[in-house]
Formats: sequence, C-alpha cells, structure tokens
Amino acid sequence: MGMTVTEKILAAHAGLDKVSPGQLINAKLDIVLANDITGPLAIKEFEKIGVKKVFDKDKVVLIPDHFAPAKDIPSAQQCLDIKNFSRQQELSNYYEVGRTGIEHCFLPEQGLVVPGDVVIGADSHTCTYGALGAFSTGVGSTDLAVGMAMGEIWFRVPETIKVVLSGKPKNPWVSGKDYILAIIGKIGVDGAQYKTLEICGSAINDLSIEGRLTMANMAIEAGAKNGIIAADEKTEEYVKLRAKRPWKVYKSDPDAHYEQIIEIDVTDLEPQVAFPHLPSNTRAVSQAGNVPIDQVVIGSCTNGRFEDLWQAAEIMKGKKVHPQVRTIVIPGTQEIYLQAVQEGLVKTFIEAGAVVSTPTCGPCLGGYMGILAKGERAIATTNRNFVGRMGHPESEVYLSNPVVAAASAILGRIASPEEVM
Amino acid sequence: MQKNTRLKGKVWKAGNDIDTDLIIAARYLNTSDPKHLAEHCLEDVFPTLQEEIQAGDILVAGKNFGCGSSREHAPIAIKHAGFSCVIAESFARIFYRNAINIGLPIIVAPQLAKAVKPGWELEVDPVSGLICDLINAKEYQGEPFPPFILEILTSGGLVPYVKKKVKQHG
Ligand code: SF4
Repeated sequence: MGMTVTEKILAAHAGLDKVSPGQLINAKLDIVLANDITGPLAIKEFEKIGVKKVFDKDKVVLIPDHFAPAKDIPSAQQCLDIKNFSRQQELSNYYEVGRTGIEHCFLPEQGLVVPGDVVIGADSHTCTYGALGAFSTGVGSTDLAVGMAMGEIWFRVPETIKVVLSGKPKNPWVSGKDYILAIIGKIGVDGAQYKTLEICGSAINDLSIEGRLTMANMAIEAGAKNGIIAADEKTEEYVKLRAKRPWKVYKSDPDAHYEQIIEIDVTDLEPQVAFPHLPSNTRAVSQAGNVPIDQVVIGSCTNGRFEDLWQAAEIMKGKKVHPQVRTIVIPGTQEIYLQAVQEGLVKTFIEAGAVVSTPTCGPCLGGYMGILAKGERAIATTNRNFVGRMGHPESEVYLSNPVVAAASAILGRIASPEEVM
Repeated sequence: MQKNTRLKGKVWKAGNDIDTDLIIAARYLNTSDPKHLAEHCLEDVFPTLQEEIQAGDILVAGKNFGCGSSREHAPIAIKHAGFSCVIAESFARIFYRNAINIGLPIIVAPQLAKAVKPGWELEVDPVSGLICDLINAKEYQGEPFPPFILEILTSGGLVPYVKKKVKQHG
C-alpha cells in the first residue's frame, strides 16, 4: 500500500522507508519556531537540558509578534529574553520589530519554510505551512526546547482525513477562509483530532497560495495535527522566488490509505460566518440575521496577507466605515504593509475611517490594539472566537473572510459584500 | 510523577471544548511565572477556584479539553493551581503533549468523565489509568499510556527524560 504526503515526509525525516499511522517515530527538524510568548518558556526549559548550543543556528527562528512592539513592561522583558538568547546563540533568524511581522505570514513570505520540510513551532498555527506541502505542527514550549537542543522530536504518525473540494464557487466573494470554515463547520472542532487534514481537489488547484495558507492555518481549529496541501506548480512558483534552501515535492500515492474521505462541492457555497464561541459554529452570511457590531479586525496569520487586504480595500474604496464601528486593519508583515502603502490600500482604509496598524498579533489573541469591552461585538478575519479571545469574557467574536468583514464595517452589522457593491 | 503515585482529591467538573484561552487568558501571558498563571487559572470557568481549591483536587472535563493555542502556560497554570491530574473524555493534541512534557498526569476516561459530578472524591492511579469513585465505590478504567509516554511521565517530564538520554550518550 502507498503512503500519503504526510507519511512520506515523516518517513524521510525519520530515516525510514515506510511509516504507518500510530507508529512512534523520531523525526529530524528543518525549522524550529517560537515567539515572544512561548519563546521565553522554551528558553528556560532549553537551559535545563544541559546542552550549550542549539542544534543548528540557521534552523531556529524566533519572532517577536504577539505582544510586540511591546505592550507593557513584562512583554518588553519577554521580547528581550528571546533577543538575548538569539544573540547568545548567534541565531541567523531572529528578526527585530520593523523587519518582520506575524510569524506565519513572515516565514512563507521569506522562504524560510519550503515544501517537504518538517517544522515545529511553539504556536498552534504553525500548521499554516502545510499549505506549501510541508509537515508543520504546533507544539508547546518544552517540546520546542527539546527540538532546539536535539534537532529532532518524537511524533505519532497521524491518520489522514482527505478532504476533496470540487467545483467552482458561483459566489465571487467565496475564498479559502470560507472553504476552511465550511470544513470545520462540517466536522467540528475535534473532527480531525490528532489527525492530518489533507486538502485537495479542483477548487484547491484554483486557489491562490494565500488562500491555501489561510486554509492550512485553520486546520488546528478542527483539532488536526497538521493540514497539508501537496505542492503543485503554483507552490513551486511561489517558493522559487523566495526559498533560501532546496526543496522536495512529495505527493500522496494513488493507493495511499485514508481513514476517511470527505467530499465537498463548493459550487453553491456562500461566504461563511462563525458565530460565538466556536469556529465550527458556522452559518452562511445570508443567514446571519441582524447582528450589529462594534469592531472589525482585518488581519492575523489567517487573513493578514496582501490578497486579503486588497480584497477588503476593493469593498471599502470610496465608502465610509459606519459611524458606530471601529475598524482596525493589520498587515501581516512589513513587506505586506509596504505594498499596501505603495498600492494605495492604506489610503483607501484611512479615507474610509479605519486605522492601519503596523504588523502584530495584537487583538487576535486579546493582547492589545483593539480589546473588546464587556458586551462588545467584533467581526474579525482571525481564526478563533472562543469566550474572551479578544477581550472581556462577555464580548463576542464572529469570524469571516476579509470581504465580509469589510462590508460589515460599512454597514455596522454583519453584512455580505453584495449589500455594499 | 513516581511509578506508584496514587492521587486522591475532590472533583471540579468542566464541560466540552474548554480551550486554552479559558484555561489561562492571553491577558496574563506577559509572564510565564507559574504562580501568576495559577492565580488566573480557569477563572472564567470556576470563579471561586482560588478560594476553594485544595491541593490534590482533580479536574474532570468533557471532550477536546485544552483545544486552541499551544500555550504551555495552560497545563502549568493547572498544575500550579493545585490540581493533581486532569481526566477528560478526550484531549486536544498539543495540550496532551504539553501536560505529559511538564509532568502533569492526564487520563482519557470517557465513561468516568460523563458520570462524575462536582465534589465527588476520586482516587486515581495515573500509571494504570484505574480510577476509583470513592463516593459510590465504583471503578473505571481510563486509557493506559503507551510505555514510551509513561517513561516521560515517570521521569518527571520531557526535559528530565531528555537530560537522562543526553547524559547516557554524552
Ligand atoms: S495572529 Fe493570532 S492566531 Fe496568528 S499567531 Fe498571532 S495570535 Fe496566533
């Protein structure tokens, strides 16, 4: 029997010809990533292990993005901790504020992750890089510490659920975000627990790399260990311009074993909105009803890429944000930010009455730059709408794609793009 | 955790899909000091936890416990708040790894997790997964750990385990 793309990548990194679901393996790591929240804890654990140096100073990436530029004194200390460690270890991939952005937007953009890699990150959305045909998964700080020290880590080879998306959406406002929300809505927040979500089909072939990154990003919201989209010509074109290393493309064998195959026809799919307080609580935007909002957030590692901002700007061009609404736009990286300035998107947003922040996670995890008060409601292009995620435990977050968020900003309630275009 | 540990404590019962933001909200993550994290552990789920918890108490939850963020601050907060172990119908993957890695015993035991009521007394053998409901004198078998994971747990977590290996291999 053949292997899936995930099994092939894991086997290659474990020095084995074949692996199968359930098997415990040690896999070599190509990139080990942490941020200003999980990094300090990983460094503390690293120091207990008793090795002096990280396994490879080019493969450890530390990014200050969650509470950076530092929101308060303890956060400043956490940022300083990762900076000091990077200096002491002479890491080539530490990036100070002003040269980086949200980690999961930044790494693919800079070609730090390539197809066929095995990546761990002390951040659950590390699964984003599966969009490039890499095996990539989130871990905690202790696993990360061990990864930094040893350059390898144990995994249980996951079972794979294959999701085939066919058709071409009739609705022009449907994007990768809607595909993944539809999948999570169907299988639930633990529908792929411990497993791989392998996403393929004609709708995926048609999807941009940005859209694929959005989809793989939210695999964790179905409980998955990793989400993966095998690399194709589009991927190679994207990677060619950026990669710092050679890469290897793996594809699933035709006779690979899948635990389950889910088929979704996207022809009639509408933009989706996930209602509080779970990403699986999805409805078509036309079924949202009258939900007034106080805040709109367009950004995050899910939808903070240039394509996302461009789409939101198309909706907001020449219009004004509703007088009762705060709209916060956060480009994912400095490069995206600069492009948004050069191509006039920032002007569009500011003229519409939105604020445009420098790259940060900020409000996505309720850090800063847009925290909700008791009873306030936000629609956001982020990935989680758990209780209290963006602020007060009695606030609410609705998740959507960038065009629905932008239309909602204008009408002051959850709205579909047709209503403003 | 020692090989012959027996844990005994009173049950705190939580529901399904308790995410890491509920376990420890991001607003407290500007430090990783376990004491500070413990003070805010599950505060929106159990508002009286800080006053009422007794060392050794047992947290029991429904499906998908610990979903969401990878923050290891979550099991650290639970451990330092005084819980001796967590039992659930199922755990989210990263939380499961993190708990083992920091030496917080966790047990998958769907039947018990469904039956148990807040305040019940349990006695737990985290190695065998055997759980005794002391109120009704009833036993439940949780899923035992694979030997490799048990070795991490009984070493006191992943770092002591790896340290041992590093020493052995020089
Ligand atoms: S943008 Fe949000 S989800 Fe993404 S890494 Fe930052 S906090 Fe996590």
